[in-house]
Amino acid sequence: MSDRTPVLAFRDVNTHYGAVHILKDANIEIYAGEMVCLLGGNASGKTTTLKTILGYVPPTTGHVELDGENVNGWSTAQRVANGVTMVPENRRLFKRMTVRENLEIGAYLRHGEDLSEDYDRVFDLFPRVKERLAQKAGTLSGGEQQMVAMGRALMARPKVLLMDEPSMGLAPKLVAQNFEIIDRINKAGTTVFVVEQNANMALSIADRGYVLQTGRIVLDDTAEALMANPQMREAYLGDI
Amino acid sequence: MSTEVAPEPVRSRRFKFNWVDGFLWFLRVAALIAIVVGVVGSIQQFADGEGPSAAAWRDLIVSSISTGSMYGLIALGYSMVYGVLGFINFAHGEVFMSGTMVGLISATMLFENGFWDSNPWISILVVLVVAMITSTLVAVAIERVAYRPLRGAPRLIPLITSIGVSFFVQYSFAGLFGVAIRNYPPAPSQLSGNVDILGIPIAGTRLLVIGVAVVSMIGLWYFVTQTKTGSAMRAVAEDKEIAGLMGIDVDKTIVTTFAVGGAMAGVAGLLWALLFRGVDFLTGFLPGIKAFTAAVLGGIGNMPGAMLGGVLLGLFEGVGPQLVLAGLGIPAVSQLKDAVAFAALVLVLIFRPTGLLGERLGSEDRV
Amino acid sequence: MSLDPLTRRWGLIGGAIMAFTGAIGMLVSFDERILISPILSLGYLTLLLAPAIAGHMAARGKVSVLEEPEHDVAQGAQKGLVAGLIAGVFAVVFMLAVNPFDLSEFFPNINDRMFDMMTFDFGLGLGSVVLIVASALAGAAGGAIYGLDDEPREGVFRSAIWVILFSLFELVVSDVIEVDAIVDLIYARGGGLHIWSAIIIGVLAWWLGVRYKGRRAELTQMAKDSEAGSRLRWSLIGVAALLVIVLPMLVGGIVNELLINVALFILMGLGLNIVVGLAGLLDLGYVAFFAVGAYGMAVLTSPLSPAFSPELNWWVALPVVMVLAAIAGVLVGTPVIRMRGDYLAIVTLGFGEIVRILILSDWLTPFLGGAQGITRIPGIPLGATSVSGTSPELFIYMTMLLVGVAAYISYRTQESRIGRAWAAMREDEDVAEAIGISTVQAKLLAFVTGAIIASFAGALFSAKVGTVFHNSFDVLVSIIILVVVIVGGMGSIRGVALGALILIGVLGGPKSQGLLGEFAEFKLLIYGAILVYMMLQRPEGLLPSVRRSRELHQEEAAQDAWLDKKGSFIEEPEASV
Repeated sequence: MSDRTPVLAFRDVNTHYGAVHILKDANIEIYAGEMVCLLGGNASGKTTTLKTILGYVPPTTGHVELDGENVNGWSTAQRVANGVTMVPENRRLFKRMTVRENLEIGAYLRHGEDLSEDYDRVFDLFPRVKERLAQKAGTLSGGEQQMVAMGRALMARPKVLLMDEPSMGLAPKLVAQNFEIIDRINKAGTTVFVVEQNANMALSIADRGYVLQTGRIVLDDTAEALMANPQMREAYLGDI
Repeated sequence: MSTEVAPEPVRSRRFKFNWVDGFLWFLRVAALIAIVVGVVGSIQQFADGEGPSAAAWRDLIVSSISTGSMYGLIALGYSMVYGVLGFINFAHGEVFMSGTMVGLISATMLFENGFWDSNPWISILVVLVVAMITSTLVAVAIERVAYRPLRGAPRLIPLITSIGVSFFVQYSFAGLFGVAIRNYPPAPSQLSGNVDILGIPIAGTRLLVIGVAVVSMIGLWYFVTQTKTGSAMRAVAEDKEIAGLMGIDVDKTIVTTFAVGGAMAGVAGLLWALLFRGVDFLTGFLPGIKAFTAAVLGGIGNMPGAMLGGVLLGLFEGVGPQLVLAGLGIPAVSQLKDAVAFAALVLVLIFRPTGLLGERLGSEDRV
Repeated sequence: MSLDPLTRRWGLIGGAIMAFTGAIGMLVSFDERILISPILSLGYLTLLLAPAIAGHMAARGKVSVLEEPEHDVAQGAQKGLVAGLIAGVFAVVFMLAVNPFDLSEFFPNINDRMFDMMTFDFGLGLGSVVLIVASALAGAAGGAIYGLDDEPREGVFRSAIWVILFSLFELVVSDVIEVDAIVDLIYARGGGLHIWSAIIIGVLAWWLGVRYKGRRAELTQMAKDSEAGSRLRWSLIGVAALLVIVLPMLVGGIVNELLINVALFILMGLGLNIVVGLAGLLDLGYVAFFAVGAYGMAVLTSPLSPAFSPELNWWVALPVVMVLAAIAGVLVGTPVIRMRGDYLAIVTLGFGEIVRILILSDWLTPFLGGAQGITRIPGIPLGATSVSGTSPELFIYMTMLLVGVAAYISYRTQESRIGRAWAAMREDEDVAEAIGISTVQAKLLAFVTGAIIASFAGALFSAKVGTVFHNSFDVLVSIIILVVVIVGGMGSIRGVALGALILIGVLGGPKSQGLLGEFAEFKLLIYGAILVYMMLQRPEGLLPSVRRSRELHQEEAAQDAWLDKKGSFIEEPEASV
């Protein structure tokens, strides 16, 4: 694994909020085509991890790498332009714009390229989205909005797709559906980095996982190994 | 918590609320009664052969609509900035003034070397371009210098800043161009007659004004809904952060928003020239406030609302005094035109602050 | 010496300011006032201040929050020199570009006088060179000053400020020192300080500052410590009060006239301060209450009041006027109770304008006199005499009395229960409601108190001028009062007084002149610039109440901390680290 360059990596990243030390010596590697999850409870540092990837929080020491390049100091826009796309928590669609316009905006940075393949892919994954193209995004149901949000992210042909708590705010049945879709997206070739509280769901589809506890990565292993890990079972997976 | 601020007994608090609500209801009813009595009085006067003739009413309505469409164009700037950044750009009236003032300079130069008379339509076009460029530049400069540093500040601070900017621009222009009122050269003779539309004679200039306003609105609509930049503007107006996540350059898009609002104000500058001809450094103040009223009337952040609000406000201030106040027996009602416009502002903000077509705010400003 | 972009940018800005101040006629106008005779006029100071500031900012370079800036005089002077040079060149290019054409039809102030002034009367050729050199030197000076260590830099500023103050306040100083011989020693015949007096004042200011630096720090420290500090504060207030009481007796009629204006604005400022500063309601139509007071008094006391002329005594009419104002406060306040801040601002602006239009209208002319207004308003009866604007030395004391009352009201309300309710409301209305504060009552009380204080000013104004008509009550007045409150410091009584003194006293009020007549055409431009500058740099004002400063900078601190605001859409399910 060390021969290939990870698409996204954290190298000894430490971050602070004033005097408070949040991320402690974080090392993460995500390779092309993988589905990796970041697990942890509240106040574990998951949020800060995402903010650091996107450039909202600069590391005090260490750096973030995209395709092996040190991106410290890069603006959010630069990072997005270089293939980092995120599906925010709570979808955050442009509710006043139509579904089609939302998808189009997802491809904003791909000037003049032919988007038909990408549209096809989105419609393939989310047939319901195709039906609702002309509707204002705010009129869709929660589950449908989630699909549009993911579709919008896919339109950018991201190098790595970040997902912020995809299970949050959805009914359990929809959660399972969601993760199934994320799985499909990954199998179709997109690298996915999921930050998630629901460890069961996340590990069921992931290749690997990192576990954050008070800012420190305490476990880093394949998904199967994590699921079998007794500490994990007790703390995060509930007694299965 | 200090024990001195003891909780009000619930009963008394509800009583207070009822009192305020009662007052507001009284206001509504009083206004309604006044309007009805006034209108009835006017109809009475008309029937008795007093007051304006039918032709005069018709002209009044047409001129109100044309003035209102000018207000609508200015209102677009207020609406767009409020939609994106969440504050009232008090200085937008000065953006309008700068366009019409510099347009005046170019018109005067053209007039002095005879070009105005020999090529009136091209001259008007030149004035239009000059006004639009000036207004756009002023709007963009103001954003860069005074508003960008205040991104994220509580909304009253940019408002107060915009008041300062408004003064600065007004008196800069007073210093640069002098304080005397200047007049645009007379409109080309082809415009001086009446044009027959559906049997209604409409003054040539007024028709041109309405026409230009409509064309501009259509152009703007096309730009905002069909172009990539327009979509970016709408995305940024709705949710700045997520728009940034899509790779949109939020700062540049905000500048574009100001620029477009400025350009529309520049067009309005030409319309002012056609309708009123006299310009000085204070020209922007009243139209500015009225245009803001129009924006709120239609629903702030809402572009069709801004145009609708503009035309409605034009009608309120143009026809209102004659229709309502004269009917109530108040003398010299045309003096009160501005007061009617301000009253419309007050009434809208008290009774329907979201406007007729609903307000459209950014995610940070929505409650 | 490479040209770093920041230096170039400041140079261009400096040059643009030089061209601008020339084109609007400010330089020529200011040239009339001599600061130091015969070498420095206000015009030349303004002209060369632009490159000096450009030099200063260029020397400062990019401001980094983390690093301590280096102080190096030579480097600063170098950068400043370049910036000043660029500014001068810009100004010269402007002149050369514009000179061949006669633009006076469109730009009346770009005329021969402007060129003469900007070329130091040397003509376009030599004068341009002189301008560039002077500008470069000014820039170097500005840059060098930045490079100084803290103590000498403060000293330079202190000296400069005191020299400028003494030259601007010539009228006041010469009134106080009534002896002509002494005045002639300090000031030259045609106006302005003698060179030697300027030098002496400068040196004295520096020396005194250095000498008493320790003592001053001690005193400020003591002032903060509550017990001893409280006594110190009260004694300082006492001394200030004594000075204020004695001053009108020392100065002449003109200055007293000015002081009355200042006092009236302090009065209105105190009232607006309660509405805006304490209760947080941005009222842009405050002049309406002033009008109620003025017209109320006019109608009640003047024999020429149309319709209704009870010809009451000023003192008897005052409570009536206060009641009218209170009613007005309720009428204005009630509809706006539920509005959000910016809408409230515009609605109150609308109210103010409606009042003015109504005053002017033909409809109300039978009651209010229309365009002619109401004249022959009697002065304030005091014993045998009647005090009005014709005897400013006495009138100022009447004004001061009411200012004192208003200040007392301000002070008491601020410290009281209602003051705390206002503070809570300012922070967060919903929370305030939740803990039991009736925001309806609190807001109305603020409006009513503000309205009553404004009516004091109106009543005084009527008696002073003897005539009221619509022109004195336009929106400009509301906004100027707002600027005074904001610049001085919202929520702070001392701040309002300082703001009024500086702005109204020096620059002039909306309809009246200040100490310096030259400012008259440009004062509103300067007001606008000051307002923008304050909002960008120091929204809490010059002498803010401590709480306000904390409030405003707290929000700033939250914004500076990118960690807080940016990327906030990536939320933790439960807000924590």
